[in-house]
Amino acid sequence: MDFLIANFGAILFYVVAAITVAAAVAVVAFRNPIHSAVALLLTFVMVAVLFILRHAEFLAAVQVLVYAGGILVLYLFVIMLVRITDLGPGRVFLSGLAPLAILGGVVLGCLIAVGILLGSMAAGAGSTAAMTAVEGEALGNTEAVGWILYMKYLVPFEVVSVVLLVAMIGAIVFGRRDAALAGAGEEVEP
Amino acid sequence: MIGATHYVALSLVLMCIGLVGVMVRRNFITVLMSLELMFNAVNINLIAFSFRLGDLAGQVLAIFVITVAAAEAAIGLGLIITLVRLKDTVALEEADEMGG
Repeated sequence: MDFLIANFGAILFYVVAAITVAAAVAVVAFRNPIHSAVALLLTFVMVAVLFILRHAEFLAAVQVLVYAGGILVLYLFVIMLVRITDLGPGRVFLSGLAPLAILGGVVLGCLIAVGILLGSMAAGAGSTAAMTAVEGEALGNTEAVGWILYMKYLVPFEVVSVVLLVAMIGAIVFGRRDAALAGAGEEVEP
Repeated sequence: MIGATHYVALSLVLMCIGLVGVMVRRNFITVLMSLELMFNAVNINLIAFSFRLGDLAGQVLAIFVITVAAAEAAIGLGLIITLVRLKDTVALEEADEMGG
């Protein structure tokens, strides 16, 4: 029991990380996109837990609200709208490169293992206080992020809003029925 | 003690899974979901280093990444709708008019 209490953070990280990876594999492995979407929801929630473990509480809330609440619902909406689950047999190409791909994967795995080993030797702890302080003044995490966002990163913030606007206009243009017809070379009625 | 290394390793694994999904899957919707996995891997990295260095800039960058992910989802799903209207499929190899 003492071991559990002393290492609670580490145990929680390993459990959450394992669920995250398993759910991510499920996203890629499932044939049915709806199953993939549900696995993706699990991944998003687990990543939000990881954010909380790193004292990014505001981002955890944003993660759940925007990803799990917004983007995922958009995905489910489109999956149900197009109602195509089975693609049928497709062309197989580059299958001759499979041994090369396995070799590349093994090399990458070795590099990652060496990197983790070297990294854990130089490990240092972060500080919780820095996550909630601006210029030495103690605030909540949300307030601190807000200060930084609007004081130091105001111009990038405005640029990102333009990116969102462009994406919104693009989505509307793609979504128009005559846009698809024009792409097919058919006459578009005015 | 869980350090930044653990988070970077997890982010690396997530990124690799997402990359495999983007390269292997034929279903356009699954490919976009794999892209979201990769965005999440980037965010984990940013948060880990934000904590490690005691700098909130990483969290602000993660907010921007989430915004871009939302924009990407809107555009990508618009593309899916258009592809379904034109070809009645979500298989990526059907969209080969550009000569790929």
